[in-house]
Amino acid sequence: MAKVTFKTDACKGCGLCVDACPKKIIALAKDKLNAKGHSPAEITDQDSCIACAFCATMCPDCVITVEK
Amino acid sequence: MKVFDKPHALTDAPFHYCPGCTHGIIHRLVAEAIDELQIEGKTIGVAPVGCAVMAYDYFACDMVEAAHGRAPAIATGLKRSMPENIIFTYQGDGDLASIGMAETVHAATRNENITIIFVNNAIYGMTGGQMAPTSLPGQVTQTSPYGRDINNQGFPIKVSELLSSLDGPEYIERVAVNNVKNVRNAKKAILKAFKNQVEGKGFSLIEVVSSCPTNWGMTPSNALKWLEENMIPYYPLGVYKDRSAKKED
Repeated sequence: MAKVTFKTDACKGCGLCVDACPKKIIALAKDKLNAKGHSPAEITDQDSCIACAFCATMCPDCVITVEK
Repeated sequence: MKVFDKPHALTDAPFHYCPGCTHGIIHRLVAEAIDELQIEGKTIGVAPVGCAVMAYDYFACDMVEAAHGRAPAIATGLKRSMPENIIFTYQGDGDLASIGMAETVHAATRNENITIIFVNNAIYGMTGGQMAPTSLPGQVTQTSPYGRDINNQGFPIKVSELLSSLDGPEYIERVAVNNVKNVRNAKKAILKAFKNQVEGKGFSLIEVVSSCPTNWGMTPSNALKWLEENMIPYYPLGVYKDRSAKKED
């Protein structure tokens, strides 16, 4: 089963993972900020993830770990 | 099973780069190449002056900080005195194509057995967005508020084309990091550049067409679109020189 985890406090909210995701299941949090003061990326529908790692490939800050 | 995790050759220090800056992606690709070739213990990196000036905090291998533009000269000294070590430099366009042009061209023509990662984002990032030798014609920067005028400031320098006209270099390729496909191609190119050095083939330079959302004044997403629409047509991607490939034919 595919699992994506975000190191939320390292995220700078640039949104490149949001654009890269082919299933469109990543979004920037609307209601919370991380330790750096950015809106961190989070996964909205874990079950639809196909573990393609496109998000992690485009992440400039090594925030994302992908497992399957 | 882990499909994707941070490479071992990067430290846990968080990057100081702006949100959406592709330096982070390129750092990771270099670290992945070091991991795949299992050369972390004998690799020495040379950090530039520019946004990547603190790269020594991020790579887990030994690092040296060079004076502005002098990274290829330092790398030459390191490689000649310690030929068993793997030496790479990581330089921006202001560092490599402007003040460091002499060192770069001469290291290339001597075919020094080093690897150069050249990050071209068409602007001086660290100092606040001034015009670089690689800024596109018409590009608005802090020091070209009406756009780069080719009659006054001349044309951008195409480093890959320039160096590939020399007989010395072993391998020159230009890649980009604007989408997943190009990032994967960039990874292959960087891996090959390191492998060439391990095999003693000589000078390898990978030019990575990159973005600077902050100084271009765009969102990270729009910056990658601007890169694709404006920079890649001016700086075509591809292999510009590969002497080993010719020998094999």
